[in-house]
Amino acid sequence: MPEGNADIIRLNGAAKHFGAVRALGGVDFHVGPGECVGLVGHNGAGKSTLMHMVAGTLTPDSGRIGVHGGSEDNYSVSRAQQLGIRCVFQELSLCPNLSVAENTRINHASLRGFGWRRKAAELIAAKLDEIFPGHSISASDIVGDLSIGRRQMVEVARAFTVTQDRLDLVILDEPTSSLDAHTAGQLLAFVRRFVAGGRSCILISHVLGEVLRNADRIVVMRDGKVVVAAAASAFDRDRLVTAMGGAEARQKAAAQVAAAKPEASPLRVRARPAAQKDGAELVARAGEIIGLAGLAGHGQTDLLLAIFAAASRARAGIEVTAPVALVAGDRQSDGIFPQWSIAQNIGIRSLARLRNGLLISPQREAELAGFWQKKIGIRTPDMNNNIFSLSGGNQQKALFARALGSDAEVVLMDDPMRGVDIGTKLEVYDLVREEARNGRTFLWYTTETEELDNCDHIYVFKNGRIVANLRRDELTEEKIIQSSFGDAA
Amino acid sequence: MTAASVDTGLKASSERGALARARLLRGLLPALSLALVLIAIAWLNPRAISYFGFSLMLNLAIPIALATIAQMFVIAGNELDLSIGTFVGFVGCVTATWLKDAPLIGVAILLGSIGVYALLGALIHLRNLPSIVVTLGMSFVWQGLAILVLPKPGGKAPDWLLAIMAFKPPLVPFPIIAALLIGLVVHFGLMRTSYGVILRGSGGNPAALGRAGWSLLKTKIVLFALAGLFGVLSGMALIGITTSADANIGNGYTLLAIAGVILGGGEFVGGRVSPIGAVLGALTLALAASPLLTFMHIPPDWQVAANGTILIIVLAARVLISRRER
Amino acid sequence: MVSVKALLGRPWIWSFLGAVLVWLATIVFTGGYGAGGMVTAALSLAVFTVIVGVGQMFVITLGPGNVDLSLPANIGLASAVAMKVMDGNDSMIAVGLLAALATGAAIGVVNYLLIWALRIPPIIATLSASFIIQSIDISYGRGLQIKPPPGFADFANSQVLGIPVLAVLTVLFTIGAAIALQRMIYGRSVLAIGQNIRAAWLAGVNVGRIRFLTYTLSGALGGIDGALLAGYFRGANVDIGNEYLLASIAVVVIGGTSVAGGKANVPGVWGAALFLVLLLTMLNTFGVSAGVRLLLTGLIIVGVITAAGGQKALR
Repeated sequence: MPEGNADIIRLNGAAKHFGAVRALGGVDFHVGPGECVGLVGHNGAGKSTLMHMVAGTLTPDSGRIGVHGGSEDNYSVSRAQQLGIRCVFQELSLCPNLSVAENTRINHASLRGFGWRRKAAELIAAKLDEIFPGHSISASDIVGDLSIGRRQMVEVARAFTVTQDRLDLVILDEPTSSLDAHTAGQLLAFVRRFVAGGRSCILISHVLGEVLRNADRIVVMRDGKVVVAAAASAFDRDRLVTAMGGAEARQKAAAQVAAAKPEASPLRVRARPAAQKDGAELVARAGEIIGLAGLAGHGQTDLLLAIFAAASRARAGIEVTAPVALVAGDRQSDGIFPQWSIAQNIGIRSLARLRNGLLISPQREAELAGFWQKKIGIRTPDMNNNIFSLSGGNQQKALFARALGSDAEVVLMDDPMRGVDIGTKLEVYDLVREEARNGRTFLWYTTETEELDNCDHIYVFKNGRIVANLRRDELTEEKIIQSSFGDAA
Repeated sequence: MTAASVDTGLKASSERGALARARLLRGLLPALSLALVLIAIAWLNPRAISYFGFSLMLNLAIPIALATIAQMFVIAGNELDLSIGTFVGFVGCVTATWLKDAPLIGVAILLGSIGVYALLGALIHLRNLPSIVVTLGMSFVWQGLAILVLPKPGGKAPDWLLAIMAFKPPLVPFPIIAALLIGLVVHFGLMRTSYGVILRGSGGNPAALGRAGWSLLKTKIVLFALAGLFGVLSGMALIGITTSADANIGNGYTLLAIAGVILGGGEFVGGRVSPIGAVLGALTLALAASPLLTFMHIPPDWQVAANGTILIIVLAARVLISRRER
Repeated sequence: MVSVKALLGRPWIWSFLGAVLVWLATIVFTGGYGAGGMVTAALSLAVFTVIVGVGQMFVITLGPGNVDLSLPANIGLASAVAMKVMDGNDSMIAVGLLAALATGAAIGVVNYLLIWALRIPPIIATLSASFIIQSIDISYGRGLQIKPPPGFADFANSQVLGIPVLAVLTVLFTIGAAIALQRMIYGRSVLAIGQNIRAAWLAGVNVGRIRFLTYTLSGALGGIDGALLAGYFRGANVDIGNEYLLASIAVVVIGGTSVAGGKANVPGVWGAALFLVLLLTMLNTFGVSAGVRLLLTGLIIVGVITAAGGQKALR
């Protein structure tokens, strides 16, 4: 077979175990030239393991890997790089202490000798211009100073830069998770141009619409196996969700929830963003779910953190009348205690109530953990296992359990569903609505417009200010986009 | 839509401008600290600001700067070397004995000790050890070896070394030229070369570096070997100035070197270091250590306290400046 | 078999094994002579390392960069203060101990204030503070009554059935410290901060107060240690605490506490302290020179950590 027609990569019967856990059970997978393959599945379905094999960072226990028609026995990262296969991993792999250009140098061993700095800067700047026109990132910017969205842009652009090695296939693992709608659109448009040019992509995303609109072929994984693989045109949203084995696709049925809410329930939070010039402020009452919308990084998280700080120490412009807990979106840096068990991770917010005299009672801690394991459905044989024994979605549930199991009347949610599978999402949505009916207040920052359907009231943020204040019945995607991009200062 | 992206672009660039200004000021802080100490000296004793005055006051600046650079390489890789002081002392003892009496063996010992540093880097990486403890143990080892080499204070520096350290260039005193040279050479090597990027990256995000196909074992070995090399240079320079050695001569350098790196804008984790800053930090400490105090007529009992106070004042100034920027 | 395996999986067991091995090596050398006396002496001396080691352990557990370098200066000053307040008078022992405790705690408070107000790394803050404390000690200690009251010296050296009373008291104290670490809000909070300070804040831990308490605790333990040392050695001097800088850090880490923070181990501090003291005894018994003793001590510390290694979570 001439090389031009060969698959870029083909895995046959790839299997991988981590200890007793089967991560991948004999998977066949291939990517041909000039196609965009969408890969979907719940967290823990085996997508990441499979992609690590394609990228050469993991070797399969059994099975064969072939690249460009030839069989690879000693496949590795550097071999993958030589063969033109790159990966943008979900966890950012930039060095925050280096500049954008220097980070580019790290991926290109050939950028060396006299003038390498200029070459690296030109290389990355050209690629950023190509993918994200109007990006305003300079090659000399230190990565640590960039917002998380811009870092993701650099990361993606870097994967598409070419020096000596060929470039045939780029794996994009949740590439839009930190991008706003505008830049995500730019990226996906570029991916289509890239594929049209005869090269290939693997697109992993929890935003099913992105996959449906941009992939040529969709591969669905569940429990370490490929369950369906077919042309994208054969799928619609519902069929995809069913194939993933998630809960049934949910209708926009939550509308009546808010109707019966009394206006006069007690005030929980009144807060004005620091940058706010006019009198607009965020007001949350007991039993309300308040949405914080707008483009990513426009002051929503800052306001949540200010409210959190104000709960323990008085602060100008912010009034909080009840205990507060926060559910982090960035689990690794804001939420998880890596050396602790699931139970300890849940109990930390409620230590004072777990005491028996001066000492923390292990029994009460176990009871608290056990109660929430059932209620929120944390999938583990033993709550005394380390928190990292859980899949990402279940880790997130543990963080919810920490907040909901506490005495907090106000729960702040900092885009907690980022990169979480749809089954987990639906379970948590129900729980949030139930807790709100019982009188808890939720302030919910989210980058996914669908989630705003759960809210009673939505504040749209732009440049650190509240620019719109919508009741749920007024809410449409257009309105949010209009306010987010509008001229209102 | 276009208006929107222009708007966010403007906002982004002004936000980034502020960050860049903050970085610039942070970068200037070591120089400002040094200026502050110099002004204090000039005010207390104007005659000290002269060729002769600087040669005298900065007498020990070269070994301190070299030891600080050694520590900086280790810190760049997210480790800490608590043995650099006793290592400098050990090198000093070897310099004042073997290097003078049997130069070939002396050179071999010093090269071997750099090799030991490289091995330590490898050991720390391969066995995933906390560098604080390993180097804490090594500080005993170097001290013990130093006592074995030179049980009583004494020995003599080789003549060529004395000649180098006594060099008197026209116009600018030797310590200043040497410090500048050290700073610039290391700055070029670590901040401008393509492998320097990899070395700093190994402190910034080791996992990413490994994934891009670089050997973290090699970066750690290189960083520790460089620390060993500059430790050797520091010990030799020290003996070139003091002319004779003592097993305890370098003990204070461990903490001085850490303080110098931090004063120079370095951070303990994340590969954020600055060679020029480190040299400036070392100069500040060298000046603050004794010349300034002598001019202020501080009694000997309180000289150590004055050192601590100066360290605190300089750091407080740094906080004030960077807080205002924020 | 399973329990042996579980035991070997615990990082602190290695320090006790090391201590026993060193002890056996020594009595083999002496032909069994002085085996019991050696244990008594080791217990007496280990006490002082354990007390500061526990304080240092809580500090180190707060996370990367947290360390108390002011302990030696603290011990020196507190021992001088205690001796001056006691003034050779048995009736003033309790007051003197309290004064030492207060001095140490005050030093801890100053350390934390420097860290908090100047936002400087604890290494630098406690180092700068120790310079100042040293000077105060030198100038305060000049021409001072430095002998402890006879009653206090006797107490610090007293034994019951060959077991030093101080060692028994210290064992009780370390049991309390272990409970505080695992079962009290304070200990849990320290562990949480050490793993991830930002997550700890967002989980409702009062980060500022816990760090303040930890540095104050470490200072107070340094203070009480100074007073006891002066009693045990029947006198105070400026250098009395010098060896406890390295020793306090070494026992914490050899004892299985993670320098990356968030993981602490109290029994290991005892094991490591006994190991270090017995090691010195062994080398002295072998009659080696000071240089060789230092060399071997260092090599053994490196060897122990290499053998026990691979437990580092971060860095």
